[in-house]
Amino acid sequence: MRLRLRPCGNYKETYMEELTIFETDFGRLWTLVGIALLFLVIPFIFDQYGLYVLNHVGIYAIAAVGLNILIGFTGQISLGHGAFFGVGAYTAAILMTRLGVSFVPAIIAGGIMTAVIGLVFGIPSSRLKHLYLTISTLAGQFILEYIFVHWKSLTGGTEGIILPKSTILGYALKTDRAFYYVIFICFVLFLWIAKNIIRTRYGRAFIAIRDNDQAAEGMGIPIFKYKLLSFAISSFYAGFAGALWAAYVGSITPEPFTFGLSIEFIAMIIIGGLGSITGSVFGATFITLINELLSQLAAYLMNLKGLAGVAMTIAPLREFFFGLIIVLFLIFEPRGIAEVWRIVKSSFRLWPFSY
Amino acid sequence: MDFFLQLLIQGLSVGCLYAIAALGFVMIFKSSSILNFAHGELLAIGAYIFLVLSVWLNLPIYLAFIITFIGSFLLGFVIERFFLRPMIGEALIEVIMLTVGLAAMFKGLLLFIFSGNTYVYPNFLPAGFNIKIGNISISPVYTATFLITILFLIIFGLFFKYSSQGIYMRSVADSQVAALSLGVNVRRVFALSWAIASLVCAMSGIVLGILNGINVHDLSKMGLKVFPVVILGGLESIGGAIIGGLIIGVIETLVSGYFSTSLRDVVAYVVLVIILMIKPYGLFGLVEIERV
Repeated sequence: MRLRLRPCGNYKETYMEELTIFETDFGRLWTLVGIALLFLVIPFIFDQYGLYVLNHVGIYAIAAVGLNILIGFTGQISLGHGAFFGVGAYTAAILMTRLGVSFVPAIIAGGIMTAVIGLVFGIPSSRLKHLYLTISTLAGQFILEYIFVHWKSLTGGTEGIILPKSTILGYALKTDRAFYYVIFICFVLFLWIAKNIIRTRYGRAFIAIRDNDQAAEGMGIPIFKYKLLSFAISSFYAGFAGALWAAYVGSITPEPFTFGLSIEFIAMIIIGGLGSITGSVFGATFITLINELLSQLAAYLMNLKGLAGVAMTIAPLREFFFGLIIVLFLIFEPRGIAEVWRIVKSSFRLWPFSY
Repeated sequence: MDFFLQLLIQGLSVGCLYAIAALGFVMIFKSSSILNFAHGELLAIGAYIFLVLSVWLNLPIYLAFIITFIGSFLLGFVIERFFLRPMIGEALIEVIMLTVGLAAMFKGLLLFIFSGNTYVYPNFLPAGFNIKIGNISISPVYTATFLITILFLIIFGLFFKYSSQGIYMRSVADSQVAALSLGVNVRRVFALSWAIASLVCAMSGIVLGILNGINVHDLSKMGLKVFPVVILGGLESIGGAIIGGLIIGVIETLVSGYFSTSLRDVVAYVVLVIILMIKPYGLFGLVEIERV
């Protein structure tokens, strides 16, 4: 078999070639190298704090990939994914504490439960479009938030729920490193699934609906069914990520699952690149690192002598910079990090004749 | 029955506030189809400018009003020029996210300057505004709100119907391409509508500030409360925004009076979802007929 290298033009002859994930054998090689690095090298060179940040990156990346399927590929804007993340977290927490369900079935149930909730909040998409649908998902966000806080017998209200230690096949997940493996195995699996959903007839139907829903319906795509499916898949991702997060952090309150979290998820996929699976991973990494950096900076200033007062007053500037980064990205690179990455890659390839 | 009437009047007053908070929002949507998530922050900026001028610098009230309005008018221009103009022609979600980013920036700045404290204005409303109906009294602020809302409704109605700028704005909202080809300066219309909307926001912010005190968090929450109000009325309709505001206000106070106060924050959204299922374009919104 001949080694496939990058051709100097478009020589594709069949649809199968068009749909292929790895255009060159080097792409496949780099992916294998990346996975090897991810599982064999990275967990051993980072300390506990580094792993803690990475675990968050992995969890948010799963949710962001799901949201990108809905917004980037199907074109349905959801402002409720923060709450969906919470639904997954609460489902897993309640199953693990009340019913003693073990870790793996609990997080899968978290995903499935969220998919059902996502379906319910996707139903308005049968009649609503664009802004009206966006606002109805916003309503979903606030209704779910209310339920988290006020259905005390189920969710524990503002006190929240403390989860038992998670175990897989009798092996207790105590360290960040153990969780790192669980999270990133899920991460790779979900990325692989997402990449392949987009290549199937379902994915093509999603893209057709995004590009022009009336034309899609005219071509015989039952758009309502596919919109619901997209809502369900995307909420499954969010719920699964939420359940993983709950198990990892060990205790949950309604506090994190606010409208702000929904916004952060959307910021991830926009900064990463709409309609790009790898872009969502970049975006999740970027936003998580920025958040971590800004809060570390604030904490660092707080500890300096004489600057503690200043640190208190500049704490709100964290929000300012977060907004500024989103705005700058939107104005100067609306297609996100995925596009920057593509340009960097192709300028290497085209060197010295890049234009 | 007395309790019901009390709640009804209270609800109508709260509804007036929602209506007045929604005006600037509808203004922007009507001319540029932008869903402005920075609305609450615009309210807050107006309220704070007025606070600085009237309380900290001790200017006379009318002068403070005029300078606040000029300032927020310019602010609207600046926002449009530097942030919204590069986004013309971009996808809906990106424009929405831009306003979300702006909201975070403004909120961060306001918190940095004023921190999360609640400030109050000195009382400057005439005492004659205190109205009593039977044994139910209405505080002067609500009367003022009601009058201002009605006044703005009339001004806006006339502006959109008769002035050439208002007609340009409606034409741009209807179809940007058609308006461009007929010689409407679309960019100027956008800039002007942001400036006017920002001015209206400042006014609403001042009214809200008189009533509840000025607090960044409360005012930016108000910005989100505007969504059920405008969607209920239909996004394109200023009259709809006012009726939507009144309906939401009354439902909220009735629910918190008869059932539980904690339901108050969420009931607006429940009503919103139900109405959208029955009437997808709100009560008075433009029904889009689409053809391929």
